[in-house]
Amino acid sequence: MTRSESVAAVQRLRRSRATRAKTALKKAPFSAWFGIVVILGYVFVAVFAHWIAPYGETQVFSEAFAPWSQEFKLGTDQLGRDMLTRLIYGARNTIAIAVATTLLSFAVGVSLGLLAALYRGWLDQILSRAVDVLMSIPSLIFALVLLTIFGSSITSLIVIIALLDSTRVFRLSRAVGLNVAVMEYVEVARLRGEGPKWIIAKEILPNVMPPLVAEFGLRFCFVFLTVAALSFLGVGIQPPTADWGSMVRENATLITYGDVTPLLPAGAIALLTVSVNFVVDWFLQATSGLRDEK
Amino acid sequence: MKSSGPGPREKGKDLLQIRNLHVEGFSDERWHPIVHGVDLTLKRGQVLGLIGESGAGKSTIGLAAMGYAKPGCRITQGSVLFDGIDLLAVSEKGRRRLRGSRIAYVAQSAAASFNPAHRLLEQTVETAVAHGLAGREEANRSAVDLYRRLQLPEPETIGFRYPHQVSGGQLQRAMTAMAMACRPDLIIFDEPTTALDVTTQVEVLASIRNIVEEFSTAAIYVTHDLAVVAQMADRIMVLRHGRTVEEADTRQMLASPSQEYTKTLWAVRKLAKPEVPADDYLLTIDNVTAAYAGKVKVLQDVSIKVPRGRTVAVVGESGSGKSTLARVVTGLLPPISGSISFAGQLLPTSLKTRPKEVLRRIQMIYQMPDNALNPRQTVEEVIARPLEFYLGLKGARRDRRIGELMHMVEMSEDFLERLPGELSGGQKQRVCIARALAADPELIICDEITSALDQIVQEEILKLLIRLQRELGMSYIFITHDIATVRAIADEIVVMHRGKVVEQGLKSEVLTPPHAAYTERLLSSVPEMNPDWLTRLLASRKI
Repeated sequence: MTRSESVAAVQRLRRSRATRAKTALKKAPFSAWFGIVVILGYVFVAVFAHWIAPYGETQVFSEAFAPWSQEFKLGTDQLGRDMLTRLIYGARNTIAIAVATTLLSFAVGVSLGLLAALYRGWLDQILSRAVDVLMSIPSLIFALVLLTIFGSSITSLIVIIALLDSTRVFRLSRAVGLNVAVMEYVEVARLRGEGPKWIIAKEILPNVMPPLVAEFGLRFCFVFLTVAALSFLGVGIQPPTADWGSMVRENATLITYGDVTPLLPAGAIALLTVSVNFVVDWFLQATSGLRDEK
Repeated sequence: MKSSGPGPREKGKDLLQIRNLHVEGFSDERWHPIVHGVDLTLKRGQVLGLIGESGAGKSTIGLAAMGYAKPGCRITQGSVLFDGIDLLAVSEKGRRRLRGSRIAYVAQSAAASFNPAHRLLEQTVETAVAHGLAGREEANRSAVDLYRRLQLPEPETIGFRYPHQVSGGQLQRAMTAMAMACRPDLIIFDEPTTALDVTTQVEVLASIRNIVEEFSTAAIYVTHDLAVVAQMADRIMVLRHGRTVEEADTRQMLASPSQEYTKTLWAVRKLAKPEVPADDYLLTIDNVTAAYAGKVKVLQDVSIKVPRGRTVAVVGESGSGKSTLARVVTGLLPPISGSISFAGQLLPTSLKTRPKEVLRRIQMIYQMPDNALNPRQTVEEVIARPLEFYLGLKGARRDRRIGELMHMVEMSEDFLERLPGELSGGQKQRVCIARALAADPELIICDEITSALDQIVQEEILKLLIRLQRELGMSYIFITHDIATVRAIADEIVVMHRGKVVEQGLKSEVLTPPHAAYTERLLSSVPEMNPDWLTRLLASRKI
């Protein structure tokens, strides 16, 4: 490459990350847009729950199971608490717990998975077999057992679900990490004398981000559903904290009277899960490089 | 077997006519021209060599000759007349009928073109059977015949092996058999021997040439290796930036190229450095034996001395243990026995036990710069890390040093912001060199660092390395299978074969006869620019 050519080549400047994200958004399909808007809506409601909700989270009114009215937009529950308020606070509690759990499971799963991919050998064997053992037990039953032992506090709920979920994250990150760990730039870093922290954080992690981000979205959905399921079973988030899973259970009797109110928290769960999946789908398509040929 | 072709298959009539071909490629959200108006005529039975550096559009033209454009490319203008049929005008279905049966394609990497789940024979006859040109029985018989003509070992049974059970050279010949299965009128060879060793390359070239001659098949031979094209082609077309530079008969082109660019191409392989005898040894490898997972011994009792400030070229075909030698020196593979001393001190065998200061003094550059550079790190990050890690440079001092290093490898500082994906092959390799230099090393191990590059870029990289050695005085261990590269850069040569050192000494001693038997074979396999070289070599080997 001669001087003159190199100067000409510089004309093509790299576009910044922000502009690239903007062009990607512009091309996003309707489903992705729908998902993004819904997720942002949920986040907004969750963050500003205190200001949006018409009443307090545990404020009890005289009339239990009140019908929809001007005063109680969606009626009241079995103790006479406003359903709309509970729904709004439920968004905050359920989403926050699900996000915290997913983050924790990724912190554990990704770091161990990439370590196993980098070092192979006995470390990989021990971790992988341990994960196999954990995965061989049905996770919902295992979670129920652990929650009975350690009690249903929010902390133990987060830790237990995160631990059980991190096994799947471990498997994925180990698999994608193995492909990168054999690259020569990783060997270069090892020859330079870099420690595992640098190699994982700077050499491997940036190259495995797309599948991990997609997995984060999907894992979030599963965690979210697990938390709701456990709450529905009565071992998850404990009363009086508002939560969508337990709200379904507590008001389930209303369905027999033709009242759709208990289905609203269930619908809220479904809508968020579907929206996250829409966004993940689009993200995977945009980053995987698999495009339809004309 | 084939009867559908109109007209007799005699040599001489025009088979393929490409007129005013324009191809564009899509990148950075817009279309860029790749080929600007190339004309080409190929007669029946004729072999045309397309030659040029990478990005010259030679592969694109090769594919366009089948009426095909890669995904992300489109043919915007021109016509491709194959035996009177305009390939760009007929339907996709019509083109597919021609491809495989009358036009065939042999790709650079046979390993990537074979389906690993099927046996060779099935894949060889697949097209012929699918096009209904032959029954399976007949096709199998004819495939065995082709294997025999291509001089594959055990032609009767080799078809029952899977792709991973044969060598790279054999696979490339099997791929030629696959292309030949329908007795096509035209075959496009896209760098079929680039990935092979010189010794294997000779065998593949000879069998391709024989079979093309025997069936008087017309061929387009795409390559960047001039000496190879001189053996294979009747005519040569030189391409650059998607335009024809010149076209002439092979002998005329070799004897008197008319264009300036062609002349520079011709001059590339004449680079030679005078050797300088050693005065002091930096690295001494004593009786080293090494093996992978305690099984096959890849290195047996190897002893090599590397003089300070000089270049030792380690040559040999693949599997000779050259790269393993590099792994032993860098500490990635501790040897079973033997010792290595560096600058008078015994080198700890394993990477983990080597102090940072020792690691700094031995640096490595790899064959594929694509794999050796993290695609998510900018050039600046790549070069800055060794400066911070080994020398603790920060802030303005670090930035100044980065500037100096970029200057040393003859790159503009404008490249610092770029990611490796935005650099050419040669530029990437320069960045790798700068990264090695950043550690201020005394020994650089270069593992086939030029073999993935074009000849012109190769020469520039070699010149750069020679200059850097002169200015900075470090030693190189230069692993290569290319004798031209050895001539260009080496002071001393070590010839390796099956894990053993066959011959070693000063360049002039090793390169002048008498040679050890293996050295002789290796040296004689290097293609020369003389079009009669292959014929002569084959004749001499038969005796």
